[in-house]
Amino acid sequence: MNGAQILIECLRREGVEVVFGYPGGRMISILDALYDVPEIRLVLTRHEQGAAHAADGYARASGRVGVVMATSGPGATNLVTGIATAYMDSIPLVCITGQVPTTLIGNDAFQEADICGITRPITKHNYLVNDVADLARIIREAFYIASSGRPGPVLIDVPNDVALAELDFSWPQEVAIRGYDPTITGNPRQIRRAAELIMRSKQPVIYAGGGVIASGAHKELCIFAEKTGIPVTMTLLGLGAFPGAHPLSVNMLGMHGTVYANNAVNECDLMISVGARFDDRVTGKLDEFAPHAKIIHIDIDPTSVSKSVRVDIPIVGDAKHILKELIPLVSELPIGEWQAKVQDWKKRYPLNYEEAAGVIKPQAVIRRLSEITKGEAIITTEVGQNQMWAAQFYCFTSPRSFLTSGGLGTMGYGFPAAIGAQIAFPGKTVIDIAGDGSIQMNIQEMATAVVNNLPVKILILNNTYLGMVRQWQELFFGHRYMATCLERRLECPHTCNAPSDACPKDYVPDFVKLAEAYGASGRRITQPEEIEDALREMLASKGVYVLEVRIPKEENVYPIVPAGAALTQMIGGMA
Amino acid sequence: MKTNTISVLVENHFGVLTRITSLFAGRGYNIQSLTVGPTEDASASRMTIVVDGDTEIIDQVKKQLNKLIDVIKVVDLTNEDFIDRELLLIKVSAKGKTRFSVLQFAQVFDGSIVDITPNFITIEVSARSSKIDAFIALLEPFGIKEMARTGRIALARS
Repeated sequence: MNGAQILIECLRREGVEVVFGYPGGRMISILDALYDVPEIRLVLTRHEQGAAHAADGYARASGRVGVVMATSGPGATNLVTGIATAYMDSIPLVCITGQVPTTLIGNDAFQEADICGITRPITKHNYLVNDVADLARIIREAFYIASSGRPGPVLIDVPNDVALAELDFSWPQEVAIRGYDPTITGNPRQIRRAAELIMRSKQPVIYAGGGVIASGAHKELCIFAEKTGIPVTMTLLGLGAFPGAHPLSVNMLGMHGTVYANNAVNECDLMISVGARFDDRVTGKLDEFAPHAKIIHIDIDPTSVSKSVRVDIPIVGDAKHILKELIPLVSELPIGEWQAKVQDWKKRYPLNYEEAAGVIKPQAVIRRLSEITKGEAIITTEVGQNQMWAAQFYCFTSPRSFLTSGGLGTMGYGFPAAIGAQIAFPGKTVIDIAGDGSIQMNIQEMATAVVNNLPVKILILNNTYLGMVRQWQELFFGHRYMATCLERRLECPHTCNAPSDACPKDYVPDFVKLAEAYGASGRRITQPEEIEDALREMLASKGVYVLEVRIPKEENVYPIVPAGAALTQMIGGMA
Repeated sequence: MKTNTISVLVENHFGVLTRITSLFAGRGYNIQSLTVGPTEDASASRMTIVVDGDTEIIDQVKKQLNKLIDVIKVVDLTNEDFIDRELLLIKVSAKGKTRFSVLQFAQVFDGSIVDITPNFITIEVSARSSKIDAFIALLEPFGIKEMARTGRIALARS
């Protein structure tokens, strides 16, 4: 066997069924080996970034390792945003890149880039394969590292001469890495101490993050919350870890979180963090975050503990294991007063928006989409207002149904991720909730979706602006709309503070025609009475469908906690 | 802020040093010195990293180092009983009358003379870093032409 065949045989043995990728000179030998292996499907995207996000979406939706391949140089560098996105959100990927032959490395050869150097800070680990004899071991290690502990992307750079070198194949039976041994079971003493603290608490809150989903701990989380009666708030990546409609759910906290979640955090005397990392978009001003609370922090990554917030009881390990140990040690808490207080906030300050005649409110569209799909669709998002409205108004019922770039905040993520999710679950409804700006970042993948019969739905909330940045310009920069209007034309004046009747009318591109050009279906709606029919038409369509919804240009996401302010400094949401 | 001495056993692969230094650079930790060399095990190298920071920062440094796959073991020697040494090569102006004084200082610090020219004396000293600081301070008035320090290497006593 040659190196390329060994590589493909290893993928087969790792159970890989689908690879997302794009060819190139230094990839031909590897692709050639795939030619003879029909059980591995290669999904050819139209851009390497699309391939990386699709592999990420596949991984998030299925819980399996996503695999992406690209050639050396520009192919590899085009993966970088996708790899960084996966790294920030702890998503298991194995990225395989072609490389110039070992004899040419360092020579500035054609399509050479030091991709191991470039991706070092955005991968969990990476490898440059110097010897074909190491290849099988490296691939086993890569899958193990990517999927264990705190998951993450691993890159393997395969020089062309290594891919062509001949060797008898031997499959390493075991993986042994002396510098890598993630802690899975929590320290029993810490777990006991945590249980005691929980049983003594009067106003506790559970703060659940993406780690609950990564470890598959959603059932245990539900049992734990129901047994004790503790309200649950979720991070953006934690949405779906606990049913949004559950009476104990207070939904998302943080910058665009609910008033009742942020109130609960402000007043709690104990915060039980499960698989969350106290990100700045969650905590706001650190000194004033959960000011009265003791903190229990369950996390598989020791570096997350006490990184930003001082923790009283850290428990390092897998969330599922630890919750299983914790459940028998706790019982129903006498916290009726606290629960009533939280319920009262929920009633008084629900997520809301102002209705207006003759215009479509994005929140109304998403709320209705949530109702029609019963919260059971797989939703992906781009980044910005579309993402926050989706997080606020779609009621998620199960884990792995909300795929969004939380940590890196990558525009252009949602659509390719939806393609990956649809490949993992061909029978499910997969919808990318997009903005008119971010959908254009990877819109070329329409071709991938159409030619692969992937009936992904794209819901474009078109406000003709890069809405979230425009919202910040409006609220924090005195309405100085610089570089955020997508209708802007050459003849527009240099400065602009608001849209007006004089604004150019024809939005570029025409999304409906674009959909048609790709062989997909498209529809544009502008009036509220069209919402119902359009959503039903979109959901009933058998192919790729683009629904462009014209929404008010200056619609804002509320509540909002200004960057760096305390969670008590919310704007909006209190009416 | 406290100065900490951290001993790190790492895989002897190419690129490991870059992983460590880019971790420090990317997270804004301040390296005072870093040395690396072979150990009794050919497949591993030992790095001795001297880093400034308060307790929380140093805890993060150690945890982040441990998180690297190529790092086998991290030992914080700061609060342990440990032996540390640093090597100094220093070239000092020494003409006429000052020559004798320089040689005397070198003797006091157990230095060895590695080179003498009509205008300069080059001395080698191996000692604890603080002692080397003191030696350099003593020689400063004579005029230091050039010097090189290796940075600290350290081992736990037990």
